[in-house]
Amino acid sequence: MEVLVKEILAPGIVRLVVMAPAIAAKAQPGHFVVVRLHERAERIPLTIADFDRTQGTITLIIQKVGKSTALINQLQSGDSISDILGPLGTPYPIEKAGTIVGVAGGLGAAPLYPKVKALYEAGNKVIVVLGAQKKEMLILNSELQAVSHQFLVATDDGSFGHHGLVTDLLTQVVESEPVDEVIAIGPVPMMDACCRITGARNVKTVVSLNAVMVDGTGMCGGCRVTVGGQSKFCCVDGPSFDGLQVDFAELRQRQRYYTDLEKSAYQNFCKENEECRCHAK
Amino acid sequence: MSRQIMSKQDPTVRKHNFEEVALGFSEEQALAEASRCLNCKNPLCMQGCPVEVPIPAFIARIKASDYKGAMAQIKQKNSLPAICGRVCPQETQCESQCILAKKGQPVAIGSLERFAADHNDAGVESEGLVSIPTRNGFKAAIIGAGPSGLTAAADLALQGFEVTIFESLHAAGGVLQYGIPQFRLPKDIVQREVEYIQKLGVRIETSMLVGQIVTIPELFAEGYHTIFIGTGAGLPHFMNIPGENLNGVYSANEYLTRVNLMKAYRFPEYDTPVRIGKKVAVFGAGNVAMDSARTSLRLGAEEVYIVYRRSADEMPARHEEIENAAEEGVVFKLLTNPTRIIGNEKGEVASLECIKMELGEPDASGRRRPLPLPGSEFQFPIDNVIVAIGQGPNPILLRNTAGLDLNKHGYIQTDPETLATNIPGVYAGGDIVTGAATVIAAMGAGKKAARHMMDYCREKYGRP
Repeated sequence: MEVLVKEILAPGIVRLVVMAPAIAAKAQPGHFVVVRLHERAERIPLTIADFDRTQGTITLIIQKVGKSTALINQLQSGDSISDILGPLGTPYPIEKAGTIVGVAGGLGAAPLYPKVKALYEAGNKVIVVLGAQKKEMLILNSELQAVSHQFLVATDDGSFGHHGLVTDLLTQVVESEPVDEVIAIGPVPMMDACCRITGARNVKTVVSLNAVMVDGTGMCGGCRVTVGGQSKFCCVDGPSFDGLQVDFAELRQRQRYYTDLEKSAYQNFCKENEECRCHAK
Repeated sequence: MSRQIMSKQDPTVRKHNFEEVALGFSEEQALAEASRCLNCKNPLCMQGCPVEVPIPAFIARIKASDYKGAMAQIKQKNSLPAICGRVCPQETQCESQCILAKKGQPVAIGSLERFAADHNDAGVESEGLVSIPTRNGFKAAIIGAGPSGLTAAADLALQGFEVTIFESLHAAGGVLQYGIPQFRLPKDIVQREVEYIQKLGVRIETSMLVGQIVTIPELFAEGYHTIFIGTGAGLPHFMNIPGENLNGVYSANEYLTRVNLMKAYRFPEYDTPVRIGKKVAVFGAGNVAMDSARTSLRLGAEEVYIVYRRSADEMPARHEEIENAAEEGVVFKLLTNPTRIIGNEKGEVASLECIKMELGEPDASGRRRPLPLPGSEFQFPIDNVIVAIGQGPNPILLRNTAGLDLNKHGYIQTDPETLATNIPGVYAGGDIVTGAATVIAAMGAGKKAARHMMDYCREKYGRP
């Protein structure tokens, strides 16, 4: 499938618009795809960050964290992706629920965007809290701002918006007004922290999980997560789950099982490609 | 004359490589074995074949050194002979019916089928073996490119149907591709058989998950006259014991998919990793469990255990596979049931707790029910667990197909005579109907369904 547009959103983060009419026709907020770049590549799950049914395109947002994502980062418009399977997963239910707070950390803005966009269009009051390490790492600012009634930003280093964490802003919001639902998407510790805040106030909270996957269709069970004491498959039962029920500690450990192998593969890749930025901070 | 024995790689060598274990008949062996066939007037062997291979006829062609002729005979009925010759349980099918088995050893039908298939693939091109009819105007959609789907597709194509297979993975073959290891079924052989089916005019669309990207009513709206569902039993079962979500616990599906489909055994040349330690416990004793255990040895494990709650007599794997595993050094911990997986501080598997079992009265399956011996729990250190205790129906297509009748186990309800589902024009077969079974049983279902799909189209549309 052909890459039509490539845009660099932040250092190491790219946005690809890909021609995939059949997937675009069925895509809904919350869906994801599994991408295999070439014959020897891994299958990796990526959220559908946006879709355009009339143009027949889907949008993918990828951050370079290892070999596979680095290769995807190198794609240019006109290049093609060997396989894209989707749409996968259970879509996020879009209803009029009242006041909804969407919290995104880092790349979490990508899966958050289609959900809050649809919820905004469905007539909800939408508050978005977006966070990143620093100003230049913030993505989808204007897109998220356009589909929210209130838009708050936090950066770890204070280079933009609130100097601190998204959880600081989330606490302020839930303390200042009644909130019907929170959607928190980002790194596991961030989602965990958000759920502690909302759980203490009994606010419904949905998280979107990015577990290790192979097929993405319920076949391998590698993406199992414990939710409410039960084992669930992220790919078919999720990726959205009741955050107050998720065992985040287990998820964090499961995401780390291949870290050493992934690191060595990435280092080899960097050596071969003479673009060693894997040690740079 | 006694039955020819196919030579195998030496166990001490083969347990360290992914090359094929069984090496096939030499031409001399094939001729000698073929000459054992009595060419019975009423060949009982054929009654044991779910896909109706004309067994005495193809063996007669081998006897006459006409290998292309042998292949032409087989391919009238079976489009996947190189696969069947390797993975069919002939000992419980054709060979069990062979008249020679009454007094001695049956003809090695499976090995001869493999010989005919391999001999032709190496030399003579497969084209021209069967004649492809002109298109009859009917379109069939096949969901799933596993053994049942490939067989249904080939049979329909040979009747003039325009056939499209929709496969969710990026490669066709289903369990032949992701499940059965390279050392038992080389993937270039699967590829060749799939290419043969494509040469019959069958179109295969990969990375197409029916149910999500397109639904069954939409396929009818696109002009398909009939649809076959062969999506398999792809949802892995777990034991539901503590510790199953620790790192280092794989479902056999995940483990074998990483190694076979994604070629993790060639990491980092291929990007998909797999992590296997020195000590591996495999739960279950079916063919999938044997495949998982033997794969573990090849990935460098030093101690591999089959942990099974019943006794040797009840092990569901083929005898040959159990023997192969034992020869390679797999240790069988029988009458042993896992009760708990214990992790270390990193959340990785560290040891396994099991309880000893004894056999009681026969249960619903007719096998003696295993009962735990109280107080017999014991632990041993382990690095990985592979759960190979069976699969259930994959929910994706089923939950996205309104009105499709399922049975009480969640599999598709079909008419046993025709394999028709309750939705007119929609047929189903293989593991999605029966639960996990064999490649050849699924192929038999594909063949049966194809025949009734043809009848359905002719009756409903009156063509051709």
